[in-house]
Amino acid sequence: MIARLGRGVPEPAAVGLAALVAMAVCAAAIGENPLGLLRALVLGALGDTEGLAFTLYYATDFIFAGLAVAVAYRAGLFNIGVEGQSLVAGVGLALAALASGGAPSWLAILVASLAAMVFGAAWALVPGWLLARRGGHVVITTIMFNFIASALLSWLLVDPMRAQGSMQPETRPFPPGASLLRLDDALVVLGLSPTGSPLNASLALALAAMVAAHVFLFRSRLGFETRVFGASPTAAHYAGVASTRVILIAMGLSGALASGVAINELLGAQNRLILDFSGGAGFVGIAVALLAGNRPLAIAPAALLFGFLYQGGAALGLDYPRVSPQIVTAAQGVMVLLIGGLLGRRR
Amino acid sequence: MPALGAPPALRVFGVTKRFGAVVANKDISLDVARGEIHAIVGENGAGKSTLMSILMGMVTPDAGEIFVDGVRARIRSPRDAAALGLGMVHQHFMLVDTLDVLDNVMLGAEGGALLAAGRKRARARLADLSRAHGLSVDPDAIVGDLPVGLRQRVEILKALARDARIIILDEPTAALTPDEANDLGLLMRWLAADGASILFITHKLNEALAVADRISVLRAGAVVATHAAAATDARELARAMVGRDVDNALSRGDGPPGRTLLEARDLTARGADGRARLSGVSLSLRAGEIVGVAGVAGHGQSELIEVLAAMRRMESGALALDGEPVDAAVYDPARARALGVAHVPEDRSRHGIVGEFPAAGNAILGRHRDRALGRRLLDPGAIRARCADLMERWDVRPRAPDTPVGRFSGGNQQKLVFAREIEAGPAILLVGQPTRGVDIGAIEAIHRRLLALRDAGKAILLVSVELDEIFALSDRILVMHEGRIVGERATASTDRREIGLLMAGVVERAA
Repeated sequence: MIARLGRGVPEPAAVGLAALVAMAVCAAAIGENPLGLLRALVLGALGDTEGLAFTLYYATDFIFAGLAVAVAYRAGLFNIGVEGQSLVAGVGLALAALASGGAPSWLAILVASLAAMVFGAAWALVPGWLLARRGGHVVITTIMFNFIASALLSWLLVDPMRAQGSMQPETRPFPPGASLLRLDDALVVLGLSPTGSPLNASLALALAAMVAAHVFLFRSRLGFETRVFGASPTAAHYAGVASTRVILIAMGLSGALASGVAINELLGAQNRLILDFSGGAGFVGIAVALLAGNRPLAIAPAALLFGFLYQGGAALGLDYPRVSPQIVTAAQGVMVLLIGGLLGRRR
Repeated sequence: MPALGAPPALRVFGVTKRFGAVVANKDISLDVARGEIHAIVGENGAGKSTLMSILMGMVTPDAGEIFVDGVRARIRSPRDAAALGLGMVHQHFMLVDTLDVLDNVMLGAEGGALLAAGRKRARARLADLSRAHGLSVDPDAIVGDLPVGLRQRVEILKALARDARIIILDEPTAALTPDEANDLGLLMRWLAADGASILFITHKLNEALAVADRISVLRAGAVVATHAAAATDARELARAMVGRDVDNALSRGDGPPGRTLLEARDLTARGADGRARLSGVSLSLRAGEIVGVAGVAGHGQSELIEVLAAMRRMESGALALDGEPVDAAVYDPARARALGVAHVPEDRSRHGIVGEFPAAGNAILGRHRDRALGRRLLDPGAIRARCADLMERWDVRPRAPDTPVGRFSGGNQQKLVFAREIEAGPAILLVGQPTRGVDIGAIEAIHRRLLALRDAGKAILLVSVELDEIFALSDRILVMHEGRIVGERATASTDRREIGLLMAGVVERAA
């Protein structure tokens, strides 16, 4: 997909363009000026440092979620549970962060991030284990685990983990050390004006994770076995690849990558555990991975496109109060349909 | 025999088809008379499939004309082809396994929105055909439950039920046992005698010679020869197909076999369906010999080779490699490779290769643990170099390590698998159906290599449904029937008749 940039229009660009056209048509249909709307969208997402920073902040979530989907997909596993895995990762992160009072900042961040990865991986390993041992279909089990994760988070936040004396379903704020470096903090130190966005160091982590996922899949022996298993389980058996091991490793890695959404949102932006903080990023990750053809290095541009749409759509509401932000969802739908159609044609 | 005077049932004139720079069909002209069986032979990639696709309306030719019963025909879709009386039996059956025979025959010709009337019509038609040709298949049987030979019969019935008068059979014997192939030959003769015209695509020259009236040879997209079957022989056809003399004479050293490298005692194993497939099989394999395993497909040969290669669990029995007993609990394919057992699997596309992976990835499949390919991470340069080296040694074409292996011809895929397995330097080589779906040139190369490996002291177990192959290569022949070895013969002191009887389960007399 995205790797075939060589010939003609790059596909993601074509897909993105089609999404813009779809939005313009919707706008025209409700009597708004389509070009003005597109202009507001582009300016909102890219026109100033604030919009740009928010676009990157959303893209960070989508890189993590897209990688999580892609790594599992390479093993032939359609992990629809990235959303739930990032929620559970958030619980682990919050437990570690809340307990980190007094620890040096680097240690608090490290432990909280590791806890997030372990919790996210564990939540993904259960469906993996059900598949490897019992033949439970991973699409079904991961979908169901999203509901369980969401309910678990709600219960934790209305009861055991709720801040004392608070009416809000959220934990008390993390200790000051348990917080990632924000772009705005750096800008202030440098004497520049802040962007007003929560863009933080998670973006660097996301890019590092992207490179790591690429090295794992295309350079490591385990990654080779993972891809063989994903492409042909029978050939993997012939090649002496242990299916249980591959399934568990791929799902574990997928869940650990999903935890990046929690790191960006909680350690980078919210500094406390709140309800549904991932905001559907786990599902957007499916579209991102699809657009990137499940190639880790193509995930960043694909995630950027979705980040652009998210931020642009949010900014629209200011200039066009009559236009629902749902218009971005419609554009996404068009993109997914197009990618699905392109994939289908390739088969 | 062809009727005289009447126009041919099918006439192809000057058909040319290009795909980009490749000329798949070059000025092809041939005809098939009413009641004639016309075989088309050619290697993989010679243009047979393209010609068939053109006749069936799936591909539009760039130039040329097609006449049916002397009338110029425009075939723009499979529907046009069917209306003109052209029917095709595909190599890979186009059947819905979960439906019964009746529904499969009716599929695509239901004749209305409701099925009852169409079913009734199809049932009557099947009964007619069964009376007329002795083609009996239970219309209510589920297709997935039928053996391969009967499934093919359903395909033929499908064509006949649509009143096909020109029937194209694409590699129809590829999946059949020798007996089923014989039955098919009889059926083709029967249909021809009844006035049908048959185009019979094959790469097996002996079958073409046995069944066809005339034989056309395709090479590089062009018809290079058309002979009456009675006036030609396999040698002449092979030369036309390959473009040079094919040397069938295989030479082998006459050194005595060495020490026993593989010893199996009382192996039992079950198939995927849970049924017993191996019942107490014992065999030994010595250095410097080829042991052939003959048998009708499905009598345990596949399971035998899979158990020895550790792809299937042995339920009981004992296995020793080079005198060392093997612990069945930890014997897996990776361990088997480490112990010097190489395996060329019989189902290449399912086990031997990953079609969508580049040739380079396939060149290390199962051998990817080799530290020479990179100490901690796999080194893409080393993998490509390994692949290029294997391709050079085994003459795999094209020499394109980055091309998905699924785009290589069957023969070149198989050569790559052989190269991968053999160049790893195993002591024992387990080979299943080494030349299935492989063209003549590659068959010749593979046979020579196997004999050279034998002479070099490798122990080789050869499972094949091609008796010719077993006889050409083996020093000893084991015959399997219903999961047991029912006979063992030195190749020099037996013949096809005796092996055939053993395969059929005629019990060995106490000698």
